[in-house]
Amino acid sequence: MPERADFWGIPHTWGPPEIYAYTLMGLATLVLLFRFYRRVSLWWQVGRPEMRWDQLQVRLGRLIRYAIVQTRVLRQEYPGVMHAGLAWGFFVFFLGTALATIHSHFFEFLRGNIYLLYKFVLDTFTIFFIVGAALAAYRRFVQRPRRLTLQNRFTWSLVLVVGIVAGGLLVESLRLAVERPEWALWTPAGWLVAQAWIATGASDATLTNWHLGAWILHLLTVVLLFVTLPATTLLHLFTGPLNAFFSKLDRPMGQLAPIAETSQSEPVYVSTLRDLTWKQLLDSDACTECGRCQDACPAFAAGTPLSPKELIVGLRDALGRDGPALVNGNGKAPALVGETIADAVLWSCTTCGACVRECPVLIEHVDTIVDMRRHLVIEGQVDTELQDALANLGRYGNSFGKSGRARARWSRKIKPKIKDARKEPVEHLWFVGDYASYSPTVTDITQMTAEVFRKAGLDFGIMYDAERHSGNDVRRVGEEGLFEMLVEENTAALSKCSYEAIVTTDPHTYNALKHEYPAEVNGTRPVLHYAELLDQMIASGQLKFSKKLGYKVTYHDPCYLGRYNGVYDAPRRVIEATGCELVEMPRHSDRAFCCGAGGGRIWMDEGEIEERPSEARIREAVDLDGVTAFVVACPKDVTMYQDAVKTTGHEARLVVKDLIELVHEAM
Amino acid sequence: MNQDIYVVVEHLRGQAADISYVMLAAARVLAQGTGGNVVAVLLGHDAQELADDLAADQVLYVDDPALAEFTSDAYEKALAGLVEENAPRAVLFGDTSIGADVAGGLSAQLELPLVSYCQSVRADDGALKFVSQICGGKIMTEGDLPDTTTLVTMIPGGFKPEEGQSAQRPEVTPVTAPALEDLRVTLKQYIEPEVGDVDISTEPILIAVGRGVQSEDDVEFAEELAEALGGAVCSSRPLVDQGWLPTARMVGKSGKRVKPKLYLAMGISGAPEHVEGIADSELIVAVNTDPDAPIFDLAQYGADIDLYDLIPALAEQIRQAKGS
Amino acid sequence: MNIVVPVKLVPDLVEELEIDESGAALDTTWMRLMVNEFDDHAVEQAILLKERGGGQVTILAPDAEDVDDVLFTAAAKGADRLIKITGPFEEQVNNHALARSLAAVVEELQPDLVLTGVQAHNDLDGPVGPLLAEYLGMPYVGYVSGVTASDGNVVAQKEYPGGLLAEMEVALPAVLGIQAAEEPPRYVAFSRVRQAMKSADISEQAVAELDLSGSPTVGRMFQPEAGERATMIEGDEDEVATRLVEIFKDAGVL
Repeated sequence: MPERADFWGIPHTWGPPEIYAYTLMGLATLVLLFRFYRRVSLWWQVGRPEMRWDQLQVRLGRLIRYAIVQTRVLRQEYPGVMHAGLAWGFFVFFLGTALATIHSHFFEFLRGNIYLLYKFVLDTFTIFFIVGAALAAYRRFVQRPRRLTLQNRFTWSLVLVVGIVAGGLLVESLRLAVERPEWALWTPAGWLVAQAWIATGASDATLTNWHLGAWILHLLTVVLLFVTLPATTLLHLFTGPLNAFFSKLDRPMGQLAPIAETSQSEPVYVSTLRDLTWKQLLDSDACTECGRCQDACPAFAAGTPLSPKELIVGLRDALGRDGPALVNGNGKAPALVGETIADAVLWSCTTCGACVRECPVLIEHVDTIVDMRRHLVIEGQVDTELQDALANLGRYGNSFGKSGRARARWSRKIKPKIKDARKEPVEHLWFVGDYASYSPTVTDITQMTAEVFRKAGLDFGIMYDAERHSGNDVRRVGEEGLFEMLVEENTAALSKCSYEAIVTTDPHTYNALKHEYPAEVNGTRPVLHYAELLDQMIASGQLKFSKKLGYKVTYHDPCYLGRYNGVYDAPRRVIEATGCELVEMPRHSDRAFCCGAGGGRIWMDEGEIEERPSEARIREAVDLDGVTAFVVACPKDVTMYQDAVKTTGHEARLVVKDLIELVHEAM
Repeated sequence: MNQDIYVVVEHLRGQAADISYVMLAAARVLAQGTGGNVVAVLLGHDAQELADDLAADQVLYVDDPALAEFTSDAYEKALAGLVEENAPRAVLFGDTSIGADVAGGLSAQLELPLVSYCQSVRADDGALKFVSQICGGKIMTEGDLPDTTTLVTMIPGGFKPEEGQSAQRPEVTPVTAPALEDLRVTLKQYIEPEVGDVDISTEPILIAVGRGVQSEDDVEFAEELAEALGGAVCSSRPLVDQGWLPTARMVGKSGKRVKPKLYLAMGISGAPEHVEGIADSELIVAVNTDPDAPIFDLAQYGADIDLYDLIPALAEQIRQAKGS
Repeated sequence: MNIVVPVKLVPDLVEELEIDESGAALDTTWMRLMVNEFDDHAVEQAILLKERGGGQVTILAPDAEDVDDVLFTAAAKGADRLIKITGPFEEQVNNHALARSLAAVVEELQPDLVLTGVQAHNDLDGPVGPLLAEYLGMPYVGYVSGVTASDGNVVAQKEYPGGLLAEMEVALPAVLGIQAAEEPPRYVAFSRVRQAMKSADISEQAVAELDLSGSPTVGRMFQPEAGERATMIEGDEDEVATRLVEIFKDAGVL
């Protein structure tokens, strides 16, 4: 019966092999733990406390999903297979070694069919691992995609893990070459290599000697891995899972945390390492530099100085450089923002969340960027255009610098007058938002929305001049004080109205009202995006169409509707109901590419850029065969994309249409 | 108090400013109402020839080395005695970096009323009326000049400079300056404007080009006109995107906000993104072949004519006008 | 250096302006006040001077609705002292009266330098700066866009049309009318202003009565005709060019 032989072929010349093998491994493990502790203790010794210990079972679930199954890694084919080969291979080898140890010292079970299965699984994963390693090598040395960090650190890690697996294969195959068991085919990879040894015609004694050499080499490689691991890129074996485990659970993606306070109730503005939380520092150590965030980032694609990857790596390097001194001495923390991380990097972010959505280890880039922006704002380091916008928002409640009393001017054309929700109860309170109210490009669409609502028999009203900017992007710019004021003013105005649901056409407003306003606004009454409301009205038969439009259209998911709030299907169903054929762009749904306006970017100086995200997006749409309309569901998108269609010279080819235009036309 | 209208002639580095002639034209209107004379007050040093084309009945010329270049202190001292002694019906100043620096001090010192932002004046049944433009041009204020020597600072727009020019040399009366000693303000030096690319946000004359311009070479076309007019070329978004003009020249939402005296929009349709940046312009003139272009809603004057036809003709006429 | 910055609030032009029943004054019902933008630059210039050479910045403002916000904002920027001048300012005050009231307060503060906005859009009787300078017996230079302090005097950069600058040496104490601060007025985050509301004090100085002499009486106020569609110039290119040249001349740009 086949059975696992412990320490096959290892002579007892230096005493029992398990003694020195385990001693060596034990020491290596101690070194590993010590070095690991030295690194990770910086997180809480340098960083501020933050509560991430609740809901342990949910966290465990995330650990399994993101660190073991690795769903995020698998979202991309090539790197997904590549990493799965390497990572799952390693899990299995680790597990296999652990089982072998149990078998040797505690409970003998690796015999018979179980042993054969054990060997087969291990061997299969060896093959899978080799495939992964080959893909990795090809990617690193031939493909060399821009998003990768092409440094020897990564090559070293690859060499090390390949060395370990190759060592194991060597040991196994040499043993098989000597023993030539009849079940050898259950371990195909090992058996295949063994054929090479057999072919050399070397004697069993020679092969056993080679085996010993290979075994020692294998052992030493593993020791080397353990000893160096905390200083290599393989650190993510620990920090990745930890980061998934400690990821954000207390709030949805669309909700930012308020400014933290010290124990003396002083607000914390992030300008140095000391101001970050331990979790934010863990984020930086968890980064694998895979570059998926950078690939997805509209700011990076536009050629701005921001790469989410470099930002996080910058934090990590700063922690490595300045962290120990901060812990040992009591020196003042050197400036992080403005030094390691340039202002322009922080201002480039559109807060679209693509990086966050893409990150395999759940790094929270946007939260950290906003934390740092808050520092810049409190220090008054904002560009003139943004300053004007913020000043206008503070004074007039809108970024356009127009009188608050002119907010509902667009509604003058609507007869009879739209209900004033402050004066009479309405079923749906329409929170119109800045762009829909003030932007001359969008007011036609706003009027059309009112017409559609009315035709569909919706009982709705607006707050007229009592409405203010929702504050969504004010908050994301980092102007928390102004955000709070806007929330207060809007909440006060809303509290005087009687309504059953809030509806808005603006995804940014939608996000803020839904996630960042007090419960008296969103606690018991739904906040709806008009795509959702239209979808509901179509489903219930309240909204009926008389025409099938029959255009080929594509749909752009607004970041704050899609990625932030998961509303992907409602607008698509509405488009379908109007009789249009929807053709998806390559980047759609949660991978949709941002227009570039979010996070307050629309108020800022554009800076030196290569290609506007909105233009890249229009080019993406133009490549779709036969698509004549680019459907949007966000007032800002209307202005952004109408501009982009002009500047890319595609006016004859593509029309930007708001969702409501399709609905209106089909009615 | 006599019935003369005084005009404090503004000049800088040997050149009389346009506002001086505007004021002389205004003074004439007032003097016709009062029956007095238009008296130009020229302060300077070796600057008498500046009096030559002033449409004034008399020029009081105060020559002193301390008045060679404008300083508020010397001007105020020199004018105080003159105004107090002669007690004219009104004294006109430019509402400028020169006039506005002096008029207020004199008003406080001599306890004389002051009217500023005055755009036009008229004589009405013996009463002298002023119209001032306040609140950024949103409000006009009309009233009578107070019944005593009144100081007025004037802005352009109500009178044409040519009306204040005369081919006939006025009579020049030299006046001795008071002792200009212990001056607390002294000119150290002038700093010339930097050559190099212009800051369109401060340029008083802008030639804006938009999509109506078809190629990069055509931008030079506009440059030629700008040169003739003494302005700078700016543009709307598409041209900057094409790389035909630097970003610094872009006007609008993503470019600069400008507030020129003249904004000459050539081939600009008037998209809101662009219009946002030009709302503060004093005068907008639009040229566009599309008579329905929204820019015409904003512009005071418009022409639906091909800019390729217009530019050469306009440049030529401007050169002629300047040459004359 | 001891710097005093008098600021005043003016009607916000973003809001619609209406003329009251008398026909000679603005209707205050709908009017919103805001700090005169040039005064905002004066505050900024004062803070810049303080940051460069030390000293104290005192902000002075006549009482008006929202004046506290303006003062606290200045404190958040770095002003040390806030003084609100109370008195019969509800009635339409003119700059002569304002300057006289300010002079009494400023004199007591014994400033080295007084910075104020070169103008405000509602200065019907001249800007405050030169009037105040005269009442204080100090020299005045306006249209200033840069200030360098040295012993006993300052060098002010004065702007002339066309981008020409003049460096004027002004003996202290003096009043300067600020056209533009060397840096655009800084942004103050809302929480900074809220903080200033808690930590800064506004002291009050009362003015018993106002001497309004020196300003004209307004007979009538009216709004200029709303800009309709452009007046279209007809004709061929030469005719259009001729008309345009006339228009340019009228506008004073030619």
